[in-house]
Amino acid sequence: MLRRALGLLPRPIAAARARSFSTDLPAAHTADATFMEAWNKVMPNTDPPKTPLSFMHPRPPTPSSIPPKLTVNFVLPYASELSTKEVDMVIVPATTGQMGVLPGHVATIAELKPGVLSVHEGSETTKYFVSSGFVFIHANSFADIIAVEAVPLDQIDANLVQKGLADFTQKLSSATTELEKAEAQIGIDVHSALNSALTG
Amino acid sequence: MASNAAVPFWRAAGMTYITYSNICANLVRNCLKEPYKTDALSREKVHFSISKWTDGKPEKPSFCSVFIRSLHLPDMVANL
Repeated sequence: MLRRALGLLPRPIAAARARSFSTDLPAAHTADATFMEAWNKVMPNTDPPKTPLSFMHPRPPTPSSIPPKLTVNFVLPYASELSTKEVDMVIVPATTGQMGVLPGHVATIAELKPGVLSVHEGSETTKYFVSSGFVFIHANSFADIIAVEAVPLDQIDANLVQKGLADFTQKLSSATTELEKAEAQIGIDVHSALNSALTG
Repeated sequence: MASNAAVPFWRAAGMTYITYSNICANLVRNCLKEPYKTDALSREKVHFSISKWTDGKPEKPSFCSVFIRSLHLPDMVANL
């Protein structure tokens, strides 16, 4: 009996998936009507399985006028630093330079370099040092910032930064293989970014 | 598409983005002040055990039970 039910499932799901792009779908999407009908015919007393879409909050569609605030999701692998927080502006350290993101920013994907991320809300600014990551800015003024490591600036030890910078500068001059040179260069980049974050 | 685009120096040296990103994160963690530094480093510790197999039979596994993820994990795996 279960096998016949499984046979019924793929067809409604396949029909539902062959639709428009996710950016064009309307916001509310809870259950697919065809699937529910087919499910209830076969297993009326069991709850239907949940699909990932029912756990996720779909992104709101792009409004016609620019919203007053930017909604930021700032996540790390081990924690969610900011979750749908409404702010006025964020400045992200993109590889192309410090990029300011305001509500109504054009949809962009940017890779981050080690640098300072600042979140401006009203008159207060929160700064984090980000090691690397990406920022996805969507057309509806949502920004997703993902970083591997992000620390508030007051958790950085200036002496260790200076020591690291000196170490890696020395390693670069004594490096032989391409890989060693690249590692030393990365060390210099990160430590000089840490340094300017502490002093700037 | 720009196939001649300037690749980042680490990719030119044969490093992948994940390796680059992990190196950056480790360097930042090593520059933290004390309570935060030990917290971050212990959070990122990787526990694993390696067992070598010969002639279809496993030898006694070696328990590297606490190992801080560092730059040279791929080399270590390659040298097993």
